[in-house]
Amino acid sequence: MDSATVIALASICIAGISTSLGAIGPAIAEGRAVASALNSLAQQPDASSTITRTLFVGLAMIESTAIYCLVVSMILIFANPFWNHFIQVSTGK
Amino acid sequence: MSLSPDSIIFWQYGIFKLNATIVTTWILMLTLIISSKLISKKLSKNLERSGWQNLLEIIITMIEKQIEGVGLAEPHKYISFLGTLFLFIGLSSLCIIIPGYEPPTGSLSTTVALSLCVFVAVPYFGIKERGLGNYLSSYIQPTAIMLPFNIISEASRTLALSVRLFGNMMSGTMIVGILLTITPFLFPVVMTLMGLLTGMVQAYIFSILAGVYIAAAIRVKNKQTQKT
Repeated sequence: MDSATVIALASICIAGISTSLGAIGPAIAEGRAVASALNSLAQQPDASSTITRTLFVGLAMIESTAIYCLVVSMILIFANPFWNHFIQVSTGK
Repeated sequence: MSLSPDSIIFWQYGIFKLNATIVTTWILMLTLIISSKLISKKLSKNLERSGWQNLLEIIITMIEKQIEGVGLAEPHKYISFLGTLFLFIGLSSLCIIIPGYEPPTGSLSTTVALSLCVFVAVPYFGIKERGLGNYLSSYIQPTAIMLPFNIISEASRTLALSVRLFGNMMSGTMIVGILLTITPFLFPVVMTLMGLLTGMVQAYIFSILAGVYIAAAIRVKNKQTQKT
């Protein structure tokens, strides 16, 4: 395998792995957060606005970890710095 | 395929580039400024009022209510900052329905600029409300050992704020772009609808988080005054 193939292989594999592994944790956490929010909504319907707002903010915080993984894999696929560098070097010669 | 609207360049002179991010940002800014000027030009205090004034009043009261809910007791002090953040991010994600439009918040430079505004605004409001020494002393609470961690949290939440918005908006346009090559017609429309929802939620969250940070910078004073 030449180095271009290695870079492409590694980038594609890591992109998939990072998104899939990075989605597991936030998915569990968001499920737990929504479940407990629904519980407290059922117990105290009066406090629904506060609960909903806190839930949204919390979900956004949790979700951002998944978004980081997505950003990393997107960069690896579409704007890979190593790949671009390799292309530059090979065409520069 | 481009990752952000930064790569669409309209005009270039040396190192100065005029890319799609700057152009759309300025168009959005002008739209917001001119429309609010036009609406607020002929405000009426009577019962008869124009539909546009009603719209503006609904938006303003809604934002004020949300800011108050975060824990900032006097929302009119902060609405100029937080409301602007919300309106700009909201409008920039609402315009996805225009064909050929790329949201400027899908570029990391815009979101970093917005979160740097928050990064500056938090100490600004904190010092304005509590005084310089009192605000700086909040960094060594509860003990002086916490000083580096407080500074790190200040920097990391700025990073998180910018990357969160960037990731959400970028992934929205990106997923539509990828789906266009797989299922050309119907599915991208559904994903654009989804993008509208996430865009508004992100605008809400960005401004609410900025409000929470400002409230946290101000709140300690209230506790101390309650104690004494």
